[in-house]
Amino acid sequence: MEKEFFKTDVVIIGAGPVGLFAVFEAGLLQLKCHIIDALPQPGGQLAELYPKKPIFDIPGYPSVLAGDLVTNLMEQIKQFQPGFTLSETAETIDKLEDGTFIVTTNKGTKHHAKAIAIAGGLGTFEPRKPALENIAFYEEKGVEYFVKDPELFRDKEIVIAGGGDSALDWSIFLSNVAKKVTLVHRRNEFRGALDSVEKVQELKKEGKINLITPAEVVGIHGKEHVESITLDRDGILENFKTDYFIPLFGLTPKLGAIANWGLEIEKNAIKVNNALDYQTNIDGIYAIGDVNIYPGKLKLILCGFHEATLMCQSVYNRINPGKRYVLKYTTVSGVDGFDGTRKEAEKAVVKSID
Amino acid sequence: MSQDVTIFITDRNGVQHEVLAPTDMNMNIMELIRSYELAEEGTIGVCGGMAMCTSCQCYILNDVISLERNPDEEAMLWEAYHVKENSRLGCQIPITASLAGLEIEIGPEQ
Repeated sequence: MEKEFFKTDVVIIGAGPVGLFAVFEAGLLQLKCHIIDALPQPGGQLAELYPKKPIFDIPGYPSVLAGDLVTNLMEQIKQFQPGFTLSETAETIDKLEDGTFIVTTNKGTKHHAKAIAIAGGLGTFEPRKPALENIAFYEEKGVEYFVKDPELFRDKEIVIAGGGDSALDWSIFLSNVAKKVTLVHRRNEFRGALDSVEKVQELKKEGKINLITPAEVVGIHGKEHVESITLDRDGILENFKTDYFIPLFGLTPKLGAIANWGLEIEKNAIKVNNALDYQTNIDGIYAIGDVNIYPGKLKLILCGFHEATLMCQSVYNRINPGKRYVLKYTTVSGVDGFDGTRKEAEKAVVKSID
Repeated sequence: MSQDVTIFITDRNGVQHEVLAPTDMNMNIMELIRSYELAEEGTIGVCGGMAMCTSCQCYILNDVISLERNPDEEAMLWEAYHVKENSRLGCQIPITASLAGLEIEIGPEQ
């Protein structure tokens, strides 16, 4: 199959808050961005780990839910029409003779860019897999660690395992898609937002979610695809028919392929020049947000926003050597989107008062 | 000025460290381990201290503190690997004067 090939000014690796905001700052400088992220949705940790938790140190927001901050950032960058390659991991970076780059993902998607911004946070979120010896054989053959496309499960029988928010939320969502949803957890108590727990309770009563607790999935069976699993219910083993097994046991971040790109790494982070532009030891590759390190580094979203802004200025100068530019204020010049929209301050009226 | 307390921490290589912990900075055991860099950055405190991962799992080695876990911690440890009876999440143990002499061991990488 012919793989997609994207062309852009800046490839941003990581769709967390800092990567998203970089799209805005780049857009003000007429630079187009394309974002690659291993997770199926933008937002990084904020969307994956704690969407319903408040953040108290975003300037101007006394309190904002992590999920809402992501929604707002997506709205803020909308007019700059960023491209997205989601559910794929940036695997290799090749620098061409003209100083531009090709970034290739684990699925073979290629991206050609004039600069690269690594905004990878703690690294790629990899699923924590249950310790079942044959589980690797069934990956993408009935075992799914993410719900990338809910349609995959339409009219199927599925078993979700886990006790956190994602297990609860996907059980709720898929109860309207799949033929049968069974939620399995090792104990009776769930760890999630109260409204999610209550919703599952309600759906259980309505017979829309089959809740089995305390229980554990201890075996997977099937010839070429998952056909059934073995459930351990308090020591009693039971064969359970299912089309899909979705273990949602959380994610652990791994620096992953980033470590192989020839970048200077210290303490699991990428060393950058913080005196100037957050560039790495490779000309044209920048690192911003939690993924970088420099003397005095603080892993704060607000610091990442600042880093993204300075980085974009440097990328502008790299792409347009010698071209004049002065910093503009959005209040004064407005925001011109690549989609033809324009945001601007309302003009003051000049009118005499009688 | 409030007193620092002495805590004994065995790192993932089995080496014991005697460290001074401030009691007036609203810190917890996970943050203490990070501040002394006793575990590799990026392998501990991944969720920032919300009891939403298990990267700061510690084994409590003496009876200076109770092994009782709070509900979030208990739920999270149900999903962890290498959990023992004396497992706690470091981020859920605030540093107070009563921790003087505590001995812990940092759990393996998750």
